[in-house]
Amino acid sequence: MGLTCQSSGKGVLREDFLSYETKSDYIVALAGNPNTGKSTVFNALTGLKQHTGNWPGKTVTQALGNYRHGQKLITLVDLPGTYSLLANSPEEQVARDFICFAEPDATVVVVDSTCLERNLNLVLQVLEITPKTIVCLNLIDEARRKKLRIDVEMLAIKLGVPVIPTAARSKEGLGFLKDTINRVASDAIQLNPLRLKYEDRLEVAISKLAGELEPLLPERINKRWIALRLLDGDYTVIDGIQKFLEKKIVVEGFAS
Amino acid sequence: MEAKDSEFTLSRLRVGERGVVTSLHAQGIIRRRMLDLGLVPGTVVESVRRSPAGDPTAYNIRGAIIALRAEEGCKVYVELL
Ligand SMILES: Nc1nc2c(ncn2[C@@H]2O[C@H](COP(=O)(O)OP(=O)(O)O)[C@@H](O)[C@H]2O)c(=O)[nH]1
Ligand SMILES: [Mg+2]
Repeated sequence: MGLTCQSSGKGVLREDFLSYETKSDYIVALAGNPNTGKSTVFNALTGLKQHTGNWPGKTVTQALGNYRHGQKLITLVDLPGTYSLLANSPEEQVARDFICFAEPDATVVVVDSTCLERNLNLVLQVLEITPKTIVCLNLIDEARRKKLRIDVEMLAIKLGVPVIPTAARSKEGLGFLKDTINRVASDAIQLNPLRLKYEDRLEVAISKLAGELEPLLPERINKRWIALRLLDGDYTVIDGIQKFLEKKIVVEGFAS
Repeated sequence: MEAKDSEFTLSRLRVGERGVVTSLHAQGIIRRRMLDLGLVPGTVVESVRRSPAGDPTAYNIRGAIIALRAEEGCKVYVELL
């Protein structure tokens, strides 16, 4: 596959993703499957300082809120609740465009501790885009009630990012979560995110394509992930590049 | 007796019956959506409820109750447990 690129500007700033002007130190995204307690975490952290609007150009609701922690002002962005980032519903596009192109300083994935298996799919998808990820093991009180034992330390080692047990409704663990957000956002923690390895011929294609993308896209953008999307035949990622980076990528042999 | 096992799909499970996913006969976004719902080979799925109209059907997939239409369910090949 051959790629060419025309640039028409320096692209959208991450503030342009937000429906409300903020002057915060860190922008942090909150992702998660539906019903994992994402809103409860959001409300507990931001209290009454919230703003709702729409995602630019979409009829999907955006909730923003600020809080202070350790001398920093943090803007928390509540992403739509989704099982995936890859199936291209408007909600999933909003969530993944934000994580990929707005590059939050940290992304918290809220998961249901009683249903980990189902929730880790989204965690892996987020890790594939950004290493600056924190897993919030919410509903840990429910897991205890059901006598589920989760080896939190082992999970953190395997995923290579912090894993924080919380019970957001009773505010358990939220102080630790806020500390960890600041540490990840300020690069104070060494992250070693689990990276899915695909079969050899796919890895060869990914490297080749990512190499071609390298000079075409800003340094901050994850080319491996863009290459994966293109190889999956998901050309909506090209729309994202055009829209948010104001670069026009042309894939030879594909009319966009 | 049921028809040939390899031809058996999710949409043919009766309420209360369980099957283990063997393969997906779908491509592209629909396949992606099914994988994201947890429908990968080896997953045990139980049919839990059918809407009065007969479609969609609610399934227990890895701890979440998810409704699938017959046209989706018939793309998921299962082995009856
Ligand atoms: N027991 C328990 N319930 C919680 C916890 N977090 C949220 N909930 C409840 O779970 C339900 C769904 O929470 P919500 O924040 O709306 O989930 P969302 O869909 O992810 O935004 C609500 O009834 C919450 O009160 C928790 O840590 N423990
Ligand atoms: Mg919510």
